[in-house]
Amino acid sequence: MKGREYVMTRKVYMDNAATTYTSPEVLEEMLPYFSESFGNPSSIYSFSERNKKALSKARQQVANALNADPDEIFFTSGGTESDNWALKGIAFSHNGKGNHIITTRIEHHAILHSADFLEKNGFDVTYIGVDDKGRIDLSELERSIKDKTILVSVMFANNEVGTIQPIREIGSLCRERGVVFHTDAVQAMGHVPIDVREMNIDLLSLSAHKFHGPKGVGALFIRKGLRIENLMHGGGQEKGRRASTENVPGIVGLGKALEISCSKLPEEHLRLSSIRDRLINGIKDAVPHVKLNGADGAERLPNNINFSFIGVEGETLLFDLDGAGISASTGSACSSGSLEPSHVLMSLGMDHAMAHGSLRLSMGESTSEEDVDYVLEVLPEIVRKRREMSPLWEDYLKKLEEVK
Amino acid sequence: MYSEKVMDHFRNPRNVGEIENADGIGEVGNPKCGDIMKVYIKVNDDVIEDIKFKTFGCASAIASSSMATEMVKGKKVRDAWELTNRAVAEALDGLPPVKMHCSLLAEGAIHSAINDYRNRNGLEPWEEDKVHKAVMEEHAH
Repeated sequence: MKGREYVMTRKVYMDNAATTYTSPEVLEEMLPYFSESFGNPSSIYSFSERNKKALSKARQQVANALNADPDEIFFTSGGTESDNWALKGIAFSHNGKGNHIITTRIEHHAILHSADFLEKNGFDVTYIGVDDKGRIDLSELERSIKDKTILVSVMFANNEVGTIQPIREIGSLCRERGVVFHTDAVQAMGHVPIDVREMNIDLLSLSAHKFHGPKGVGALFIRKGLRIENLMHGGGQEKGRRASTENVPGIVGLGKALEISCSKLPEEHLRLSSIRDRLINGIKDAVPHVKLNGADGAERLPNNINFSFIGVEGETLLFDLDGAGISASTGSACSSGSLEPSHVLMSLGMDHAMAHGSLRLSMGESTSEEDVDYVLEVLPEIVRKRREMSPLWEDYLKKLEEVK
Repeated sequence: MYSEKVMDHFRNPRNVGEIENADGIGEVGNPKCGDIMKVYIKVNDDVIEDIKFKTFGCASAIASSSMATEMVKGKKVRDAWELTNRAVAEALDGLPPVKMHCSLLAEGAIHSAINDYRNRNGLEPWEEDKVHKAVMEEHAH
């Protein structure tokens, strides 16, 4: 396959679902809190006053973004900690009422592995399946709620295929049945409007580095009055609910980043949705026999694209794209070091070969129309070349012939 | 993550394609594991005169396929049979530990093509060694 070597003239970052850059405005806001105003917010001297104020400003910014009260925002080290806290904290504070937890098969590992841990510690967990677009079945959820159910945890939007769940409906169902409702909104925050009151959300996880804030900082929204056990034990920070000296620069960055992304949300939602659909249609037009994984239109995150290319393995695509300056991601096993492909794609009912051939492109504020043009120029040729040398593609074409 | 040699053989794989009227064809792997390799050999006077392959798999599977075919081309059939996945991995300046099984794919596909050739010529197929057999059974087509 001696082919044209792509000249690396262009760098296109299409892995914003993995992480985003910290935006310069956010970084600038954070900088004074490293070397200049470094005081411990727990100290009583006036030197720490500025830091206390910075924390409450950030808390207000996060509260504004969610339509919550600042007292309901607790800063953490990121999405993983928030998810761990929500599940374990509710499990161990509500075990007097019951030991049953409901979640889905397509959650992030922060939820699934926390659920595993709880199962090993006497809790029962029901995993709800999804349809081929990645949507849960509300009636199945309703049937799964028992007297002993203490928590329902359903992600707001999926990290791999971008499917958005009917959060409002799940929230009102849980409220009606008196069950605590947690949502992992790590991928959705800053991309789709979220209102914890209107949606009846009791707990919500978010992470700063997914919306141009820094890494290592996140938050858990905990509805006022909700009992929850602590995860981190130690000092009395965060009103005695989350020990550890506050990551002041990080928290400042989180607040600022969320404020910015929420202020841009309506226009960015429109812009990214239109770019997304152009790229989806462009790939469908240029590459035969592809499958879009996940839902369409408003049921899909505006920045997510996930395709399976029959006959091509995902890691191969990533390296070829990388050679052309494009950063992307795959659900193929080979990229993760395990033999099993992504649990999300398999839960959508996909066969192994299709799951191994998946490619995720996730866009962000820096993604331009020119980036889309470039991907459309490069990707179809890469797929064509790799298919040419794929015995799986050869078999697929033969089967198509036989059907005819 | 990969050596320069792996990336070179991945980006510019040698011996890609099919051989019409091949003397032996072998295929191993399955879509479940995410890798499949198909090998065609042309044998003349007990020498592998030409070899071509097609591989579905990750970068290390493609690079191993390319390197392995380079290494057996022009060799006596028995010498080609003796090629080990370790030798292929070494020739590629190493593979990450989790990817070592990818180099087995190439060894297995070449073995399967050689035995196909032997069968066609009324010769007894050669036996795989035990370890290799166990791994290839996991990857059975």
